[in-house]
Amino acid sequence: MAAAEQTTLEEIRRGLSWRKQLDKVFVAIGLALLFGCLAVLAILFFDLLRDGASRFGWDFFTNFPSRKAERAGILSAWVGTSLIMFVTALVALPVGVAAAIYLEEYAPKNWFTNIIEINVTNLAGVPSIVYGLLALGLFVYAFNFGQSVLSAGLTLALLILPIVIVATRESLRAVPKAIREAAYGLGATRWEVTKDHVLPYSTGGILTGLILGLSRAIGETAPIITIGALSFIAFLPPAPISGEFPFLNFEWLTSEFTAMPIQMFNWVSRPDQAFQANAAAAGAILLGMTLLMNAIAIWIRYRFRKKINW
Amino acid sequence: MNQASSPRNTRAFASLRYRKTRDRIVELVLLAAGLVAVFTTVAIVVILVYESSAFFEHVSIKEFLTDTMWTPLFADARYGILPLVSGTLTVTGVALLVAIPVGTLIAIYLSEFAAHRLREMVKPVLELLGAVPTVVFGYFALLMVTPQLQKIWPDLPGFNMLSAGLVIGLMIVPYVASIAEDAMRAVPRYMREGSYAMGATRLQTALRVVVPGAFSGIAAAYILGISRAVGETMVVAIAAGMMPNLTFNPTEPAATITAFIVQVSLGDLPHDSIGYQSIFAAGLVLMVMTLVLNVIGFFLTRRFREAY
Amino acid sequence: MDMDIATTRQDVSGVVQVQPTQGDSSAKSPAKPGVSIVLEDKAQLRANPPKARSEGLNFWYGTNQALKNINLTIPERQVTALIGPSGCGKSTFLRCFNRMHDLQPDTRYEGAIQLRPDDINLVGKEVDPIEVRMRIGMVFQKPNPFPKSVFENVAYGLRLRGIGNKTELAERVERALRAAAIWDEVKDRLNDSALALSGGQMQRLCIARALATEPEILLFDEPTSALDPIATAKIEELISELRETVTILIVTHNMQQAARVSDFTAFMYLGELVEVDATSKIFTNPAKKATEDYITGRYG
Repeated sequence: MAAAEQTTLEEIRRGLSWRKQLDKVFVAIGLALLFGCLAVLAILFFDLLRDGASRFGWDFFTNFPSRKAERAGILSAWVGTSLIMFVTALVALPVGVAAAIYLEEYAPKNWFTNIIEINVTNLAGVPSIVYGLLALGLFVYAFNFGQSVLSAGLTLALLILPIVIVATRESLRAVPKAIREAAYGLGATRWEVTKDHVLPYSTGGILTGLILGLSRAIGETAPIITIGALSFIAFLPPAPISGEFPFLNFEWLTSEFTAMPIQMFNWVSRPDQAFQANAAAAGAILLGMTLLMNAIAIWIRYRFRKKINW
Repeated sequence: MNQASSPRNTRAFASLRYRKTRDRIVELVLLAAGLVAVFTTVAIVVILVYESSAFFEHVSIKEFLTDTMWTPLFADARYGILPLVSGTLTVTGVALLVAIPVGTLIAIYLSEFAAHRLREMVKPVLELLGAVPTVVFGYFALLMVTPQLQKIWPDLPGFNMLSAGLVIGLMIVPYVASIAEDAMRAVPRYMREGSYAMGATRLQTALRVVVPGAFSGIAAAYILGISRAVGETMVVAIAAGMMPNLTFNPTEPAATITAFIVQVSLGDLPHDSIGYQSIFAAGLVLMVMTLVLNVIGFFLTRRFREAY
Repeated sequence: MDMDIATTRQDVSGVVQVQPTQGDSSAKSPAKPGVSIVLEDKAQLRANPPKARSEGLNFWYGTNQALKNINLTIPERQVTALIGPSGCGKSTFLRCFNRMHDLQPDTRYEGAIQLRPDDINLVGKEVDPIEVRMRIGMVFQKPNPFPKSVFENVAYGLRLRGIGNKTELAERVERALRAAAIWDEVKDRLNDSALALSGGQMQRLCIARALATEPEILLFDEPTSALDPIATAKIEELISELRETVTILIVTHNMQQAARVSDFTAFMYLGELVEVDATSKIFTNPAKKATEDYITGRYG
């Protein structure tokens, strides 16, 4: 009897040790893949920095593109990107927040609201180049905004709209129902409840969503190429503020432009090896800006979460 | 109204009409904002169909779908979409060969094996990786991955689908892993406990209980990853070349649908030329592909959520 | 303030005759005073005309009928308590008075709640819920002050009504805080966050917030179930005082609280009104067996 039991126990232990080995092997594989991916990416990023190192300097930021690689800079590119981001934020923030408030606080649960929500989800998955085609047909030609900063800004605003909407809805949802009930109980209208009690405590989440959206927009190349951003722009759009009346002008909106990712794309695509360093430098800067904006967004999200303990 | 109202109350109720009117106006404005999403979708469909229909006046659908050469910008123009589709599929295939195994294994590891603190540290990093501009990945593919691959295969051309595919695969690993991991973590605890209680190891539980339990969510991750790969533009525009080439051999250069659209946009085509319209026809094909994938992904996600 | 309200009344009132005329009658009965009380000691006689009357009130959540033919009079400036086991509909009934159900989709009222003296139907489709909520105040189960200062919490309802004048606001806020018996505790902290107060203080602040707008009826939805016994006692004391100025309808799952605090008690079960009577009578000599079973703890 004891011998039979002994054998069964041994069998169990042998099988078990084999299975536990597999477990350990899997952990090793998992860790290897995880850190392998991270390592490969880290190597690529450092190589990027190294390749572009020779170009970093004040000149790089203040020079226009040029046929000579050593003298080619990103002035028109980062100015263009800044102007575009400004338009994008100006459009995406109000529209996205308003749409999110509607969906979260006002919309009745019917088929019509479902359609809006389905559209928002769907738009998040549309390839960015299709947004470019939309912009080409709609903004550039149909609305006649031309190949301009305005077209680019509007296109990217539409592109990041789902991001802003989703982030805003989440932060609206975080406000407890009890606060809304208390406000309604005092006879407040829906808008009063929203503006007095819900929105003030959602600003953190909204800001996070906007910054995450902008960090995505800043690196988007395809839609802007499709609109027709040129990459050899050796001029800046007209300044918005001038010394004479009426002091503010909007010519810069309709001006032709270039942007950071376009410039990098152009330099990468050249057979001339000298421009690779430029491309790497531009890429490093672009990467840095993206990571910085993401980090800021995450920090804001963290700070605002800690602020109110309901 | 209230007969016994004091002057104070009358004032309150007089302003009530103003408050309610304001509420209604605000609601309309907010609704308009919500409709922007619907308007965008409609606009995309309308523009693609409108320009494509102009295109199809010159080119028969049969030719479009069956011809094996795509040379719309040549004097002797041919309009077969198959080379672009084969390019897209090949690049996507290579990408999936990387992303699916790596993404799934990482997801299983993070969900079932990793310590809580490790997971909390890694997830934000993965999120950040998803935010890197694709043009930077294009640079990697052309100027770093291709030279390394050429050390192994000296015959590899400077533009090829292999580098592009590998880099896209690496790019979407965080995306696939994140969705799959969320799906696995949503599998309820009691299912795992049933398996552990029978003496199963973590790997056995993961493979036999969690992965099947999270299946629709994991499938959704794959489908959405495919959709991302199909729609990817810059990596292929930079590293895979822009010559349409009907082949499934990743060591050759080829153009994808997206790369073609970029190529034409870089040039200067008059507004009503057939070359201009051809990018909308290509875009329509792309849109249909990604839409089908996204819809499947959406239903899988919903079925997965309903299950738990 | 004397805590033994119920016993005092019992001592003095001696013989209390109650003629309940609702709970078992047919649906839309013509207007009759709901409960009349004959007391031996006329000095104790309080004028208690009805402030509101629910007539044939039915309520549905979707296809589920939660209230069945409720006929109940709420006397003016008295405390009426609603008791009953979980799910009997007492909170549902309470929330009809200020149309809180309108915030959920797929809800339906049938019947009426007539508000005196102007006889408008609180649940009528033609009546604006916002207007109703401006006349009827509510205190919730879990204290829910806004994450603002003490002052701003109380002032919010006044600001909604267009009162912006600083002196007037300050004066009315102080009056409300005094009426809620919390003025002394917060008068030096008016600009501090309301969330820094204790649970009991927060609830009294919520009462002050509701009082500031001078509501015609004040609804309490299990106001002390989230509070410790000392805070509970303070609030019960406050409710007894408040009856001098405002009509009160209170839902409570704690029978002893109903006995301590209310003048009239209504017992509900499975969406129906089973019995309503003066509190002293209902707890000592209820007319229906179902009421007696609940009160003696046969079922919870």
